[in-house]
Order: sequence, then C-alpha cells, then structure tokens
Amino acid sequence: MRIIWVSLRTIFAVAIVCCVVYNVAVWAVAQAAAPDKANGSLIENAEGQVVGSRLIGQEFTEPGYFRGRVSSIGYDANGSGSPNYAPSNPDLLSRAEESVAAWQAENPDVPVSELPIDLITNSGSGLDPHISPAAAEAQIPRVSAATGIAADKLQKMIEANTQGRSLGLFGAPVVNVLELNLEVQAAR
Amino acid sequence: MTTIDILAIVVTLLIVVLLAKPVGLYLAAAFDYGPNRLNRIYGPFERLIYKIGGIREENQSWKAYAASLVVSNAVMIFVVYLVFRFQGMLPLNPSGIAGMEPSLAFNTAISFMTNTNLQHYSGESGLSYFSQATGILFMMFVSPATGIALVMAFIRGLTGRAPGSFFADLIRAVTRVLLPVAFVSALLFVFMGVPQTFEPAATATTLEGAQQTIARGPVASFLAIKELGNNGGGFFGVNSAHPFENPNGLSNLLQLLLMLLVTTSLPYAYGKMAGRIKQGRILFVSMLVMFIVMTGISLSVEQAGNPALNALGVEHGQGSMEGKEDRFGTAQSAFYSVVTTASETGAVNTMHDTLTPLGGLIPLANMMLNTVFGGAGVGFLNVLMYAIIAVFLSGLMVGRTPEFLGRKIEGKEMKLIAVTLLVQPFLILVPTAIALATNPETISNPGFHGLTQALYEFTSSAANNGSGFEGLGDATTFWNVSTGIVMFLGRYISMVTLLAVAGSLAAKKTVPESSGTFRTDTAMFGAVFVGVVLIVGALTFFPAVVLGPVAEYLTL
Repeated sequence: MRIIWVSLRTIFAVAIVCCVVYNVAVWAVAQAAAPDKANGSLIENAEGQVVGSRLIGQEFTEPGYFRGRVSSIGYDANGSGSPNYAPSNPDLLSRAEESVAAWQAENPDVPVSELPIDLITNSGSGLDPHISPAAAEAQIPRVSAATGIAADKLQKMIEANTQGRSLGLFGAPVVNVLELNLEVQAAR
Repeated sequence: MTTIDILAIVVTLLIVVLLAKPVGLYLAAAFDYGPNRLNRIYGPFERLIYKIGGIREENQSWKAYAASLVVSNAVMIFVVYLVFRFQGMLPLNPSGIAGMEPSLAFNTAISFMTNTNLQHYSGESGLSYFSQATGILFMMFVSPATGIALVMAFIRGLTGRAPGSFFADLIRAVTRVLLPVAFVSALLFVFMGVPQTFEPAATATTLEGAQQTIARGPVASFLAIKELGNNGGGFFGVNSAHPFENPNGLSNLLQLLLMLLVTTSLPYAYGKMAGRIKQGRILFVSMLVMFIVMTGISLSVEQAGNPALNALGVEHGQGSMEGKEDRFGTAQSAFYSVVTTASETGAVNTMHDTLTPLGGLIPLANMMLNTVFGGAGVGFLNVLMYAIIAVFLSGLMVGRTPEFLGRKIEGKEMKLIAVTLLVQPFLILVPTAIALATNPETISNPGFHGLTQALYEFTSSAANNGSGFEGLGDATTFWNVSTGIVMFLGRYISMVTLLAVAGSLAAKKTVPESSGTFRTDTAMFGAVFVGVVLIVGALTFFPAVVLGPVAEYLTL
C-alpha cells in the first residue's frame, strides 16, 4: 500500500517537473528566441496571407510548376502517411508504371532514363517538401514551355533554392519545391 | 551513395565512441549514493522532489526494489489510461479530439510505460495537446528512468552491494540525466526548425489555390525526450520522417546521437562501478562490431534498391527511395533504421515496411538479438545476461564452475536466465502464429512480406522497440490487446527474473581469482560473447526469418 501511495505522490512531482516546467520552459525560450521556427516556419506572401510552410510540401499539378514527390495523402498536412508498399507489392509496381507513363506524356523531351527515382516513389511522410536537384532539372523543359521562362533562368532558380548537406556532410542535397515555385510564380 | 555519405556515418560513429566513456563515468557518479560533487549540485532540488513524493534514499531489499518497480509502473499505466480515456473533457484540446477507445487506451498506456511506443493511433488526430504533453511526455521520462534505475540496481548486485532505493534511482535518472540533456537538445531542435507551439493547426492557401491545414504543436520538447529516452513514439503519425519532426541532416544527426547516448555509455558506467573498465570496454567493442556489420549490410542493400522498380529504366542512383525522404537520402535513412532498432528506440525516419527485404531484416535482427546496445538500461541488462551465459558455457567447456566478477554462477541463476531467454521467442512466435491464423485481413502486403509484417509487430513489442511495418491494419481490438500484453510481459518478466539473479549473486561470497579463472576482459571473451548472442539468436529465429524476409528477397 505504501508503494502505491509513494507512486501517486511521485507521479505528481515528476509530472509537475517534466510536463509543466520542462515543456513551458522550452516553449518560452523557443517563442522568444526563434518564434518563426517555433510556430512552424510559415511562409507569407506579399499580402500577408499564409501560403504554406517552408518544411511542408504541397500538391502541384499545373505543368508550369515543379512537382514534388508522390504523396498518397495528397499532401494533407493535417495528417501524414504513406501507403507502406513492400518492395514485392504488385500495387507498388503498377503505381510506379503509371507515374512513368504520366511523365512520358507530360515531358516528351526528357527520356525516362533521366527521370530520377525520387519522382516516382512515395515519400515516407507524404509531406516531403524536397526533391533531388536532378529531379528539379529534369522538369526544366516542361516548366519552361508552360511558363515561357528561359531554361537557364530556371536553372539558376534551382541552384538558388538548393540546400546542401548540413555542415557539408549530413543528409543529402535537396531543392525546396515550394520556395522554388514561389520564384517561378513571381517570374511568370 | 557517395564517399561523403559514408564519411558522415563514420564521423557520427566517432562522436558516439568519444562520448561513451565520459558519459559512462558521469552515470556511475550520478548513481553513487555517497557524498560527491554531483550530490551537492542536484541534492537540494532532489530533496524537494523526495519530500513531495515521500521518498527515502535508503537501501531496499531486492524483493522490495522489484515490487516498487512493478507496482509504480502499474499505477502510472492506470493513471495515464484514465487521461487518454477522458481527454475529450480535459483542457488543452483546441482541435476537439474525443476520448480514446478502451482497447486503444490500454495499448497506448502500456506501450509508453514499457518504453515501446508502439502507436496504433496517429498523433495528429488521436491525442489532444493535453494527452501529448502530460500522459505521453510523462511516460517518456519515467519509462527510461525505470530502465536506468533497474540496470544500476543490477550492477550493484553483481558487485555485491545492496540494490539502493528504486524511487530515488528513478528521480536521479530524471534530474541528472534525462531532464538536463532533453532541455538543451529540445532548444537545439527548435533552432533547427522543429516547432514548439500550443497554437492549433495553421491554415494555408497553396500556390494552386487549395486550402492546406498544417498540424503542429509542442514538438521539440517531445522529440528530445523521445530520442534520448529510447522511447521512439512520434508526435506525428510518421514519426521522424515528418519534416517538422526532423527538418534536416543536422536534426537527424542529433537524433542519432541522442538515441545512442545512454545505451553506449552504460558499458563504461558498469566498468567503473564494478572496477573493471577493461571488461566494460570489451563489451562495448563487441557490440560496436555487430553494429558496424549490420550498418554495412543495410547500406549496401538499400543502395542497390528494388530490382522491380529499377527495371522500369528510371535513373536509380539514389537507391531505394520508396518510403524515404529526400533530405536524408538512402544512406542516412538506412543508418537511422539500424540505430533506432539497435538502441530499441523505435523512432523512424523512413518507413520500415518499404525497406528492401534484407534492409528490413536488419532492424528485425537487431530487435531479436536485443543486445546490439539495446534500450536505455534494459539493453545493457540483456548484454550482461548474455555475458553470464558466455561465462557459463565457457565454464562447461573447460569443466570448471563458472564465475562472473568473482561470484559463482550456479543452477539457480542459470534457471532464472533460461526462463528469461525462453520468454522472448515465446512472446514473439506464438502470437505471430495466432495473428496469421485468425486475423489475415489486417495484413496489407501480399506474400512472404505479409508474414514479416506480423512477425515484426510482435518482435517490436516484445523487444520494447515500437517501430512497425506500418502498413499493418493494427488499430483493431485484436492487435491492441495482443501487443499490449506482449509489451507488458516482454518488459516486466525479464526485469523481475534478472533482479532475482542480481539478488542471488549479491548474497554470494566472492572467490579469489586464480590462474584457472576464465578471464572476462580479453578479446577472447568478446568473441565468445558475440558467438553466444548470434548462436542463440539464430537458433531461435532462423525459421521465421527464412519464411519472411529471406523468401521475399529470393522471389523479388
């Protein structure tokens, strides 16, 4: 019985320290020191309207925008998820075949051998805000034709929106699709 | 995969190795009841908590220590169960989330208390901010603290000392290890881009004019203790694959280091406490060797990719990208899957269900062996258990009574260890068979992979890891109840039996070492230790592994 009583009192003490003090302390410092990041790295346009988050991908379907990864949840950021297809799952293969066929229809100038695999695979989160630099470059001819922006200008935009590895070492180099498309939108 | 990718992993491991010894020595000092500098620093704050908790810092009996552990954990499970059930009526619920269904609340409360963090709900829609910030966060502190307390008591027993006080150890683990490190890392995570807000979800109008609701919350404080405590449960449904829960390569590095911090330093803490630094180092190196082999296999198979997709003729130099995030690439994703299962954390930055067959076998093997570092506290407990088995087998081979730290290993200890050893495969294989026979409709992937899905779920539960092959339709009463029971038994049976071993050894007289004593601080012993781990693991799980991932690999 004494153990139960000590347990309940310990729960109370630890809950105050770990749930209230710790949580609120982190929150207070975060909101004071880095409010932008602490609130989700939201991006506003010139009118002050929130157009998305720097860290959350969004759906792009128009030919004049760069596309992101495949997302089974349609970039619904109120949730997150992927279809969890095993490598041996026939549904995975048929979905990838559809993506390749769609690519050929929309990008007749770029052969399938130059289509990077990250454009036909579902990201882990369904919200991946990035694509590989090669995946962005492969879309230049289509975006250029649809928007009238010169190819070399698009190439420069891609380079400007490419993040290298952290500390030059950790992770992989990527292009932020939303930030890239914001520049495309402004330029067309 | 480039040279830079490999270099990044080598640098990460170097940091881990450099941190292990100083952190280990710190741990040894932090749990020393005698007067020392740390006690003067933390003492006043801890005495306040002791006063509220009614805790006395005095040695308990072995039975009282075990009883305190199990009863306090059971009380915590019950309290948090109530929070989940009634979250709809509790404060801090801006999104209006309803109370949790009973079997799911049962599963979730056990899952977080047992350091498993298997999640059959999705964080964005299943839990209010109140539940996340009290129930889940609370358990993320006390669960690893329980594991650390336990291993400290076990080491004290091996060296012939009294077990200490469970509640005092629990509080020390929180105040001296978890809280300070978590606080600093949480702030670092914020500066890397992880949100820490109590505002409700944001609404955005996308470039194409659609409305996008963006879930957020107090993620950073949650993330830090999730990794440091080897908890692994995600704030968001997809865990650390979510860009808010792991925004870049740097946040990924910090997560890897936090997962390994406590568990890799325990061999050194043990070495210090037992006065056998060299033996601690041998155990550390043995585990590191297994870890590096696992990492090498995982990297090469994930880089090779999925032959079925590569055959489409696309550019596949990136490796297998299904279920992975671009900012991590194949190398950091595969490496994370090895670290999270070696440390029994269960956080994921890639979907394990989508790993290539052999890439998925590595996490499974880590969890089955449960000794390639292992979770906070309990992992090293398993390691010491295998070390005792190694000594026992060596003793049998040369015909001498085996000794460990100068204490004779006899029938009573070996019976307790044999029970501990047999419980784990029983908890994994029997429920897997039952699930496949009775609930085949919950398996989402066809063929051999389907068997692996069920096998992975119970392996993860029994090893208190918590990662999953998430395609599994596991939000049903059957899966909630069955994995709940497996997690509970997987955690507490071995805790009690191994405490009994420690108690029994502590009561023995030491025998002086002689030239005939089998030395436990040599490379020879390290090799025997690794051999025992691999042989016991292979004999137990080989058939199941052949039917699952190996068969899938051969037919792909």
